[in-house]
Amino acid sequence: MITLLASIGAAFLGFLAAAGRLVIFAGMALATAFSPPFYQRAVLRQMVDVGYFSLPVVGLTAIFTGMVLALQSYTGFSRFSAEGAVATVVVLSVTRELGPVIAALMVAGRVGAAMAAEIGTMRVTDQIDALTTLSTNPLRYLVLPRLIAGLVTLPLLVLVADIIGVFGGYLVGVYRFGFNPSAYLARTQQYLETSDVVSGLVKAAAFGFIVALMGCYHGYYSRGGAQGVGQATTAAVVSASILILFFDYAITQALFAR
Amino acid sequence: MTTGGTPKISVHGLRKSFGRNRVLDGIDIDCARGESIVIIGGSGTGKSVLVKCVLGLLRPEAGSVAIDGAETMRLRRAGRERLLQKFGVLFQGSALFDSLPVWENVAFGLIHGRGMERQAAREIALAKLAAVGLGRDVGELRPAELSGGMKKRVALARAVAADPEVIFFDEPTTGLDPIMADVINDLILKCVRELGATAVSITHDMVSARKIADRIAMLHKGRIVWQGPAAEIDRSGNPFVDQFINGRAEGPIQMEVRAA
Repeated sequence: MITLLASIGAAFLGFLAAAGRLVIFAGMALATAFSPPFYQRAVLRQMVDVGYFSLPVVGLTAIFTGMVLALQSYTGFSRFSAEGAVATVVVLSVTRELGPVIAALMVAGRVGAAMAAEIGTMRVTDQIDALTTLSTNPLRYLVLPRLIAGLVTLPLLVLVADIIGVFGGYLVGVYRFGFNPSAYLARTQQYLETSDVVSGLVKAAAFGFIVALMGCYHGYYSRGGAQGVGQATTAAVVSASILILFFDYAITQALFAR
Repeated sequence: MTTGGTPKISVHGLRKSFGRNRVLDGIDIDCARGESIVIIGGSGTGKSVLVKCVLGLLRPEAGSVAIDGAETMRLRRAGRERLLQKFGVLFQGSALFDSLPVWENVAFGLIHGRGMERQAAREIALAKLAAVGLGRDVGELRPAELSGGMKKRVALARAVAADPEVIFFDEPTTGLDPIMADVINDLILKCVRELGATAVSITHDMVSARKIADRIAMLHKGRIVWQGPAAEIDRSGNPFVDQFINGRAEGPIQMEVRAA
């Protein structure tokens, strides 16, 4: 019994220590934003990497998500003759929940993994030490631009994903179930409020920060050559995905549940 | 070489452990201004750890590291960044930045560390590349397009790009064929002499050590077991040094070999 309690206690203390290291890492990286030098070129490069190059995968997942949502909600609502609510359900689900979450999970798989692999490789090949010896703070040069890019770019991606997702629902509603196009669009707008879109974008900003933070953190502290970089990449994607789902609930519960 | 006055680098009582493994166990060594010192020793004896402690990349548990007589162990980040501007480092694996072209690798410290304009830094970088025998066309290539010897030369150009006062060479000839290794040794000598810099090299390549060293120190089990002029290494009278420089399996240095 004592052994079991000791194991649980040790695991809990280990979790707290890891959380503390992560918070200190994020704080140290963010602190570099308040003093020069500023690496605008690095920020722009990361924004292109995170945003522009993620558009195809996020767009594809968004359109299929909107389409399947229209199919499923029609199936459900037709059982009590409420098919007219399909457009509203699609737009609210996409803007409040599915747009940010699906886009963030896709970006975690594509960008978070790439960040962990790139920074991890730099760590195990002494490139991060080389940065330090060239009087360049690695947190300022490598981590901060990625955090800013995640924070700023994911809301823009989610805005695009929202539009594409709603369009997917429109395609199924109009061409599969024969809704009148004008009526479908009118129902889409009728119950949509600005706060629905804004809440999704706030979530997206938080998720973008989480994806970049976990990619950078696990890459920065990777050890042991190719195997260590592989483990860092896996840890970055898994931990970012879990945190996205956790913070999705926490943000919804704290601010936007109505 | 200047032998009198305050040493350029002075290390005393340096201790560093990783878990239960004590890697450095009280290192005492001085390096005079303009001197070229080579630290030799087997793999895993702590040579790279010693250099990383001097550079501030690793934090030792005890001891002191003074540069020009000023203690560096308690420097904060800004002070450390100013100190690092005195240093140039050639890393064992070259540690070139994959995402940047060769010229920008060489100019990196000038642009980001010293705030120099990109165009001016580029011209200096191309001149440094020429000094190590690489043309302007190489400047536009990516590190992945270079051979091992070219990478070492680019890394050497980067190490000397900002005209440092102290240059650290971590295994500069490891992995190179004997001819390219000799080319790198010649370039090291040329660069160090032209700059009048202090050089600290770590290697287990005795050909390289004999060629570039004014003084040689041997590290074993976390301690300096011998140090003296390079010309005297063959008559050191030290059994560790004799075994190492002659590459004998028998002697006081026992390699840990475990049966599977």
